[in-house]
Amino acid sequence: MAGDLGGPVSRSVFSWRDLGGEVALALTARPARTLLTALGTILGVAALVATIGLARTAGNQIVTRVSELEATEVVVSPERRGGFGGGNRNTGSAIPWDAESRLTRLNGVVAAGTRTSVNVGERLARSVPVIDPLGQTEYQIPVIAASPGLFEAARAQLLTGRTFDGGHSERGDPVAVLGPAAAQRLNVVRVDNTPSIFIGEEPLAVIGILADTARQPDLLSAIIIPDSLARARFGAEGVEEVQIEVAPGAAPLIAAQAPVALAPNTPELLRAAAPPEPERLQRGVESDLNSLFLVLGGISLIVGAIGIANVTLVSVLERTGEIGLRRALGARRSHIAAQFLTESVALGAFAGILGASAGVLSVVAVSASRQWSPVLDPWLPLVAPALGAVIGLVAGTYPAWKAASTEPIAALRGSA
Amino acid sequence: MSPVVELDGVGRVFPGPPEVEALRDADLVVETGDYLALVGPSGSGKSTLLHLLGLLDRPTSGTYRLNGIDTGVLSEPERAGLRASEIGFVFQAFHLLGQRSNVENVMLADVYRPGGRRRRRQRAIEALESVGLGHRLEGNPTTLSGGERQRVAVARALVSEPSIVLADEPTGNLDSRTSAAVMELFDELHGRGLTIVVITHDDDVAGRARRRMRIQDGNLTAIGAGAA
Ligand SMILES: Nc1ncnc2c1ncn2[C@@H]1O[C@H](COP(=O)(O)OP(=O)(O)O)[C@@H](O)[C@H]1O
Ligand SMILES: [Mg+2]
Repeated sequence: MAGDLGGPVSRSVFSWRDLGGEVALALTARPARTLLTALGTILGVAALVATIGLARTAGNQIVTRVSELEATEVVVSPERRGGFGGGNRNTGSAIPWDAESRLTRLNGVVAAGTRTSVNVGERLARSVPVIDPLGQTEYQIPVIAASPGLFEAARAQLLTGRTFDGGHSERGDPVAVLGPAAAQRLNVVRVDNTPSIFIGEEPLAVIGILADTARQPDLLSAIIIPDSLARARFGAEGVEEVQIEVAPGAAPLIAAQAPVALAPNTPELLRAAAPPEPERLQRGVESDLNSLFLVLGGISLIVGAIGIANVTLVSVLERTGEIGLRRALGARRSHIAAQFLTESVALGAFAGILGASAGVLSVVAVSASRQWSPVLDPWLPLVAPALGAVIGLVAGTYPAWKAASTEPIAALRGSA
Repeated sequence: MSPVVELDGVGRVFPGPPEVEALRDADLVVETGDYLALVGPSGSGKSTLLHLLGLLDRPTSGTYRLNGIDTGVLSEPERAGLRASEIGFVFQAFHLLGQRSNVENVMLADVYRPGGRRRRRQRAIEALESVGLGHRLEGNPTTLSGGERQRVAVARALVSEPSIVLADEPTGNLDSRTSAAVMELFDELHGRGLTIVVITHDDDVAGRARRRMRIQDGNLTAIGAGAA
């Protein structure tokens, strides 16, 4: 009666849908335990996501702050001299008076202008020719000599009138532009009639009043006069500094070239201050934050993986009876392994999602408290669950193998 | 038609150490619709024989044909397929999953069976109804009495419509009254044509079977009709 010997025998199956269903039931059977098992991985992923996110956010903050104004600025000033040259005032500055035209020739310079504080000695400024003995009409107001390009290089905005140009400079015209604070003290409100002011006995025609300036803030409270006038009438000796506005990204180049352009023989006497390179600064901040917290995050991930491995291994031992039953119901070793491995991978992925959410929330919370705009790499919320899944895979491999090698007859013998 | 079970000189030696010859040169034929009780003292080899019949273990000698198929030449996946489709187990310890409902416990028997998706819940409900638990579908086995739990386990063994049900001390964890109820269920299933092999210590349980065999020190022998 062995006629049907060797007839087709179907192999047992375990569909993807059933695998998913069994895993979902296993993980939701004890929610608190599932959560606790995942806790280490949740914390690890959260720490990593928060670290990367905060480093990005802080780095972006630095870039934003620097790039607006400072990244397009170079300031050249004479190197501070040592004792031997300190008193040598006669030689003036290492910066020539034609600095502006030398610098605007350079590629990458948007605008450049010299500025020099003028020592007016005892001379006070006033807006009326006759001294009124009853009220105060004379003031000590700083006087700054400028080349025409300074206004643009300082991003000055006019309230009214105009600034002086190359023609005024060449002719040494007695003109002045007032900072808003100076205009207020001198009681000058309009310039259409070119009102006169006096510095000591020197009359100056006011041709413009500034509204504001982005750089060189002391212009706001000063009387600004052409540098040629300052040399001729007020004894200005040498350029104090050159303000340069450069094209975005050109700052390092111009900082290197400007001293040579200004003083080809003695560039070492000049100091060009460029902003710190934002990217390098950003990288610096990121690596500082990262190296510390990535280590912490990595450690908690390892702890998390050990946590999953540990609990999964315990649950394999607890579920010996279930494993035996499943084998009796037709499960193969590979089906048992697939189930336990999928459980820990799903647990890890779940931990990754929760951890990423917690990490993102903490980045947003910290940013809000600092009034930063949070920056998150778009791949982070996608990679985090994958990272969790990989942790689950690593952690679940040994327990799954252990479960698969459980002998069904031994497993069923128990009284579970 | 082939008999459901044909054992031909089957032996099982556990290599040890110490080496144990748990079953020795056993010959057994179980025809369709048979109801066989295996009795014997503890450690005599009853469970060993049942595990061999259930394809959970392989004999170290002899041949075992299930429905005429020589199981010795089958691969593990094929043997697992036969376990899923042709064999129903009932254990002393029930082996129900406490976190799942009764009907889900029964449905588990169809997870690994080829074609086991079709009408799975419906067939599980029918199986529970056939053991008299149609009113306890969604409850949890932990809320059931021992006798009811064993009936859920019997429903799980029946749902795949196996060729044979193997029960290892099914009343070992039950008191005598619930034992009797479970055995009445077995009688009823036998009456419907089911093939059953049951291991037991209990003479009352053995007395209900159509025929009895004894294992002593791994030797399987028939018990004469008068010895019941
Ligand atoms: N996996 C095993 N390894 C070694 N010896 C075993 C194993 N399983 C059972 N045995 C031995 O085989 C004999 C029969 O055991 P078993 O079939 O469980 O007895 P019963 O079910 O009749 O109480 C016993 O001596 C037991 O110790
Ligand atoms: Mg036994």
